[in-house]
Amino acid sequence: MKILKHIGEPSQPGAVPIYRGAESGTKQQPGKGGGGTEAGDAASSKTMTKKGDKLKEDMDALVDEIDDVLEENAEEFVKNYVQRGGE
Amino acid sequence: MSTPKVMGSEIEYGITVRGDPDFDPISGCVLLVNAYHEDPTGEILWDYDQENPLADARGFQVDGEKYTPNQQENIARNKTLVNGARYYVDHAHPEYSCPEVTNARDLVIHEKAGERILEASRREANALLPEGTEMLIYKNNSDRKGNSYGCHENYLMDRRTPFKNIVEALLPFFATRQVYCGAGKIGAENRSAAVDYQISQRADFFETEVALDTMVKRPIINTRDEPHADRDKYRRLHVIVGDANLSEYTIYLRNGVTALILSLVEDGGIRKNLSLRDPVKCIQEVSRDPSCRRELSLDDGRQLNAVQLQVEYLEMVLAHYSSRSLDPIDKDVLTRWQHVLECLARDPMELSQQIDWVMKKAMMESFMERRDLDWSSPQVEMLDLQYHDIRPSRGLYYLLERQGRAERIVTDEEIATAVHTPPADTRAYFRGSCIEKYGSAVFGVNWDSISFGVDGQPIKRILMAEPLKGTKRHVDELLGNSPTAGDLVKNLQA
Repeated sequence: MKILKHIGEPSQPGAVPIYRGAESGTKQQPGKGGGGTEAGDAASSKTMTKKGDKLKEDMDALVDEIDDVLEENAEEFVKNYVQRGGE
Repeated sequence: MSTPKVMGSEIEYGITVRGDPDFDPISGCVLLVNAYHEDPTGEILWDYDQENPLADARGFQVDGEKYTPNQQENIARNKTLVNGARYYVDHAHPEYSCPEVTNARDLVIHEKAGERILEASRREANALLPEGTEMLIYKNNSDRKGNSYGCHENYLMDRRTPFKNIVEALLPFFATRQVYCGAGKIGAENRSAAVDYQISQRADFFETEVALDTMVKRPIINTRDEPHADRDKYRRLHVIVGDANLSEYTIYLRNGVTALILSLVEDGGIRKNLSLRDPVKCIQEVSRDPSCRRELSLDDGRQLNAVQLQVEYLEMVLAHYSSRSLDPIDKDVLTRWQHVLECLARDPMELSQQIDWVMKKAMMESFMERRDLDWSSPQVEMLDLQYHDIRPSRGLYYLLERQGRAERIVTDEEIATAVHTPPADTRAYFRGSCIEKYGSAVFGVNWDSISFGVDGQPIKRILMAEPLKGTKRHVDELLGNSPTAGDLVKNLQA
């Protein structure tokens, strides 16, 4: 089992990513995945844009949710968080 | 054949009380730990007779005072739980040492159960605090002002394996595993070079390669030699170099991969010398390079980056196990480790749902971009801290998890069960079951002993020198035949 021949290099086209997604189903990362981006493939680029929009909306929603739960007076709060060394 | 990798984690949490400028962390910890109620509630001593934190794995004993609290203080600071864990006050931090488990998946379950136990006691403690104040708990390792507290792992090992071999194999491994184990933080501490964001919470605090200390001049390899088991057969490697992780995936890899490497050392499968010229310098350099591309100098003259160095370890593990069988969890760990190294080699940001430091970085970058902030903004620093907040409603890791942005390894049901159920396949089963069943008849506990005070008889201490005995299979019949602690002691003597 020879693996990661080209570690540190971009994935080789056609190389089999041996463990693409472990059992529990690693989600395919949007915008990743090397191949399949032949020029002029309009349908694909449309899908990508849609995906991109969805991703952006998701991130906007995440940031809004963070705003809802983030401690107020962040500066004061962070300054006051002082611990004794441990272990 | 390597020793089964019985393992555990020991997490010190950060603690503060909002609205109380005079907050005293030690009394806060005592309040917190005692606010946690289990049924039955017993006054059980932690048995310090069995401890020796001054024994050094390199074969000597260090001079120093051994800490032994009086009985009242002991009971106030130590709780042994029905799940076999120890929940206690360690200096100025609450600490949760999970029960011994036999694999990384169970480790995730029990470490996560610890978060819930801390949160349950935090809520109880808050009910006792004056209005307008709130106790808050963080699963992290630094206040970003130069004070660090630990997340320790422990692994059972074969005493026959020379400690020198362990040190040689682990120094380069520990200097670089942070690329998939780090919890990430903004800025630098402990007089180290400035940086916006770094991979590890702890890297700034490691100043030497090998030593017994854990609080000053922290070493990459800690030599504390407390096997908490048969001393002639076992050692218990005490790993202090890790970060406190929230991501299940990260915890799973942290313990799972490390266990694989330790088995490899025991089996003589380390076939390459990957020694780094300066491991202490490297651990800080790696932490400061979120691209994971920076090259490190090896003793043999080669230059490898952290990911390439981890791949060298992966290849040794794959070569070793090509002709041997691996259990399904180790196989799964190996699969995910390989996947993660592939992602790191391409673009670490691909791991924004798996690895803590990337998850946190991705979240912060989205936030900064949309709110036009930078790494020095207090709100972004708050994000850094609040990622580690253990309140499910406010902790930002939990927010990511709720939104499906954190790949899970275990289920909520498994975690909930582990809050009050010991692992079935280690001596933690006997410990937890005795506390559950005999309650206040249990007099004292340590990892490798449990003692009973029955009907005015002298205290009877039962030794548990084998971490893989006292399992459900071994003791269920005995416990079934012993309605009282007196019966148990009698049956054990029979």
